[in-house]
Amino acid sequence: MTLELGPNQQPAHTRHGSSIGQPLTRRDGFLKVTGTARFAADNHPPGMLYAALAVSSIARGRVVSLDVEAAKAHSGVVEVMTPLNRPALAADPDAKDHPFMFRLDLLQNDRVRYPNQSIAVVIAQTLEAATEGAALLSPRYEVLPARVGLDGAEGFVPRGVGVGGPAVQQKGDVEAGLESARTRIEATYETPAQYHNAMEPHAIVAAWDGDRLSIDTPSQGLAMAQGRIAGLFGIAPQNVHIRSPFLGGGFGSKGMISGPQVLGILAAKLVGRPVKLVLRREQMFGPVGHRAPTRQTLRMGMDGEGRLTAISHHARTTSSTFDDFFEPAADASHTLYASPAIATSHDAVRLDTGTPLFMRAPGEATGSIALESAIDEAAHACGMDPLEFRLRNYAEVEPMTGKPFSSKALRECYEQAAERFGWASRPLQPRRMRDADGFLTGWGMGTATFPAIMFQAEARAVLRADGSGLMETGAQDMGQGAWTAFAQIAADGLGLDIDQVDFRAGSSDLPNAGIAGGSGHTATAGMAIHNAGAAVIARLADLATGNEASPLFGAGNEGVLARGGRLYRRDDESRSESYADILARAGLAEIEGRGKGAPDPASQETYAKHAHGAVFAEVKVDPDLGQIRVTRLVGAFAAGRVINPRLVRSQYYGGMIWGVSFALHEEAVTDRRSGRIQNANLADYHVPVNADVPSVEALLVHEDDPHVNALGIKGVGEIGITGTAGAVTNAVWHATGVRPRRFPIRIEDMLG
Amino acid sequence: MRDFDYVRPATISEALVAAAEPGSAYLAGGTNLLDLMKGGVTSPERIVDITRLPELNRIETLDDGGLRIGALVRNADLAHDPAFAKAYPAVAEALLSGASAQLRNAATAGGNLLQRTRCSYFYDTASACNRREPGSGCSALGGENRLHAILGWSDACIATHPSDFCVPLVALDAVVEIEGKQGRRHVTLEEFHRLPGDTPQRETVLEPGELIVAIRLPAEAASFAAHARYLKMRERTSYAFAVVSAAAALTVRDGKIRAARLALGGVAAKPWRARAAEAVLLGADADEAAFVRAADAALADASPPGDNAFKIELARRIVVRTLMSALAGTPALMPALPASPFSSLPGVRHDA
Repeated sequence: MTLELGPNQQPAHTRHGSSIGQPLTRRDGFLKVTGTARFAADNHPPGMLYAALAVSSIARGRVVSLDVEAAKAHSGVVEVMTPLNRPALAADPDAKDHPFMFRLDLLQNDRVRYPNQSIAVVIAQTLEAATEGAALLSPRYEVLPARVGLDGAEGFVPRGVGVGGPAVQQKGDVEAGLESARTRIEATYETPAQYHNAMEPHAIVAAWDGDRLSIDTPSQGLAMAQGRIAGLFGIAPQNVHIRSPFLGGGFGSKGMISGPQVLGILAAKLVGRPVKLVLRREQMFGPVGHRAPTRQTLRMGMDGEGRLTAISHHARTTSSTFDDFFEPAADASHTLYASPAIATSHDAVRLDTGTPLFMRAPGEATGSIALESAIDEAAHACGMDPLEFRLRNYAEVEPMTGKPFSSKALRECYEQAAERFGWASRPLQPRRMRDADGFLTGWGMGTATFPAIMFQAEARAVLRADGSGLMETGAQDMGQGAWTAFAQIAADGLGLDIDQVDFRAGSSDLPNAGIAGGSGHTATAGMAIHNAGAAVIARLADLATGNEASPLFGAGNEGVLARGGRLYRRDDESRSESYADILARAGLAEIEGRGKGAPDPASQETYAKHAHGAVFAEVKVDPDLGQIRVTRLVGAFAAGRVINPRLVRSQYYGGMIWGVSFALHEEAVTDRRSGRIQNANLADYHVPVNADVPSVEALLVHEDDPHVNALGIKGVGEIGITGTAGAVTNAVWHATGVRPRRFPIRIEDMLG
Repeated sequence: MRDFDYVRPATISEALVAAAEPGSAYLAGGTNLLDLMKGGVTSPERIVDITRLPELNRIETLDDGGLRIGALVRNADLAHDPAFAKAYPAVAEALLSGASAQLRNAATAGGNLLQRTRCSYFYDTASACNRREPGSGCSALGGENRLHAILGWSDACIATHPSDFCVPLVALDAVVEIEGKQGRRHVTLEEFHRLPGDTPQRETVLEPGELIVAIRLPAEAASFAAHARYLKMRERTSYAFAVVSAAAALTVRDGKIRAARLALGGVAAKPWRARAAEAVLLGADADEAAFVRAADAALADASPPGDNAFKIELARRIVVRTLMSALAGTPALMPALPASPFSSLPGVRHDA
């Protein structure tokens, strides 16, 4: 018998805190440090062959010839898949039934629309043979001129940006606001293309059994991937079994199934044997998404007291020639600073690149570095301290919509982080601080924000005759610690110690847990787990309170508490009974409950829901050579209930370090003529190394949010990048008096 | 799989015989060669693995007071040899500023001299590169070249030599010991690497089949130990090649410069000995004014082939700073951030 609890119920049967809130270490930590965690590419089913992609070295044109014979003649090569022999698909890979269906390059024709696009797959007995076979294909091309750069094509206004938001939005009269302002600033900032580059490249091991497909592949969204694959191959979704117990990072690039992953499945179909396909590092610069470059112009007006009279934020971005994803950078100005007039707009150009996609804080990260820079410029123009200026323009309601916030402890974030950092002694003017070694020292800050998003998720809970519990949901652990945090929620939801709960996730045959994205996974799947636990406990309570033989007889559903494997009368805790005894008396081997997690439509309508934070950075700059080093970062974040402070801090650290990367290191360098990315490797595509990462502190600011969901969870996955990148660049300005407006900041920009 | 022969000679003479075949390549640490082979940038038909040659992994003091570094001495072993670091602190600092700890554990002294340029067009086989494929052209010209050469480049090639190690070595008059079929010969490091001219594919004076067996430092090189520094500008604090680097070594008496050595890295297809600057410094007052004049002399012939004009001014400033640091004296301990402008900052835990 199954009881199902919906998303909005707030069962009062458990007390959180037994497991939730504890800084548990990762439950999968031992497997990972001993190398026994099995990632997708670690699987080698019997008879497996190896596939290697051949990818385009041109940005635009047509493949005229491939030397398939040479590849096939190579020892060990079994088959070469090209548009001529690729197995048929049930759906057109260029079809787009909904905005989240991204077009895939699956050898549907001879066209090349970006560098590193797949043009053939070589399948062989060994990886070496497959790799050499791919090289022997020696493609010849008909080449068309590549469209490169933010001015590489005609600009246009996209129909929607991000997840479908309007490209142009406004509130109030921005021009009048600017006109009436005492002080105005206008500045243009550029951010580069960035590529996710998870440590684990996209990998797949695919095996067909008739029309049943079994695959090991990293996925941030098992159910969506299952549906997409089923649609492409014309089979039932339940015939697609995806195992994804661990991801070696995703950052958005594993949110949708990518073209190369589907090519692995096609290759297995073509040869009738299991096939493994793993992208080479350089092949990740194209078909699996990226953060599009932006050029953003901000105009702000301020009155005599430093209050904003207008914010205008325009962003140009890029997409591919064949699909739509538009980085919603200007939307960053919707939520943070109060202003009577706000106008945001986007335009875009279509380039010969792979389609950009969600990349950790899509829009928020790019928009934040520009907005926080402009706010810093505005504060300086008003002769105000940047923190004072931000407090002067503190948004008591969401600026764009006027909605109240479901909760907002940003003031506390500012206070705690500023105090910890020592902000109060900061000189107002730049280039005033030097350390004992003569380095210019600067302090900068930025505000962090990210929306509290929920998707849809389901979970199944079971209590067993021995009193132990099982919780199942197809959740995804990207390395962020989902295995641990969800087990903690499951333990509290079932009223059991965590060691008494068998938690299962990472497989598509479990209940749909939605997507690990948008910083919404813990809230969404967590609520499904919580509700499934409540449902099975409610069923258990029925068994006890309805039976005269139970010490709980007559207590009623609302009259019991679940804790440590026993139910207690709420009004008299001396009366209790163990789960095992209740089930034994009922003669049941197990009972089951199901739960859902989803946003509450009523509160969605009423409240603006965002996590917030404040980040303070110290940099040192060599006054002659312009070399920059971040020496200190302090962030304080308020994101509702913290399930596991150790894991949450780790998320903040990772985000903050990415913020350093955004400001100082990261950039895909594209050849202006060929459109090829020149640094498609981890030696030349720079991210911070340990020596670039300073002392990083993340303070967890208490925040109760009764509106986001019953657990009060907002989400912590992406917010750390926002605010930090701006804090670093503002600190560089404060150290040097030179305002960086192009990112990453380069040595030549600092030479003066 | 692309087949190639693999041979592992037991003696130098066996190695020379094995490598006499055309298409042979010596394999030592393999930190560069294997990447090049995997990327299809180079496809040797025969790999001659010299890592088992016993006599090439020694550091020896010579009778004349000089030092002989066997070609197979690992970067990390050399940098962490206490006697070596004390006598040649700038060389040790340069070694520790290069690559990553893992690479330094594998890479060899001889291999360091022979590492190929990091020009992205050299590695990108879809691009034109006269160094990789003579006569094909140079895609770096007119391309993404903000980190390319400012000295000694030609229309055929604007690539730089990426070594840190070679920069203080060339300043200190290092000599390369080469074994070939005709016997042993000695070439100064300054003459060892060639500028591109019309033949950028000929990167060194090595004849086919010749083997570097050692690098020698003359006795005089140790006399600079008290005033020798290496400084490296890069785009992150570790695991990045130099945008521009410099090695400086001084002998100062009574406020006058009695001897001066200066070289630049990241500016040309070879480690760049700045002899004109040394001439300016010799006998001058040891002060910033002299160093500025030296920097101007060092960069007098510099010009940008593209978007890298900033490197000329940067190089001037690095020359001045490195000379100032050398004048101030070699630090007693190796900095936590070797060769970084921030080397004086106290290291935090991560920097160790």
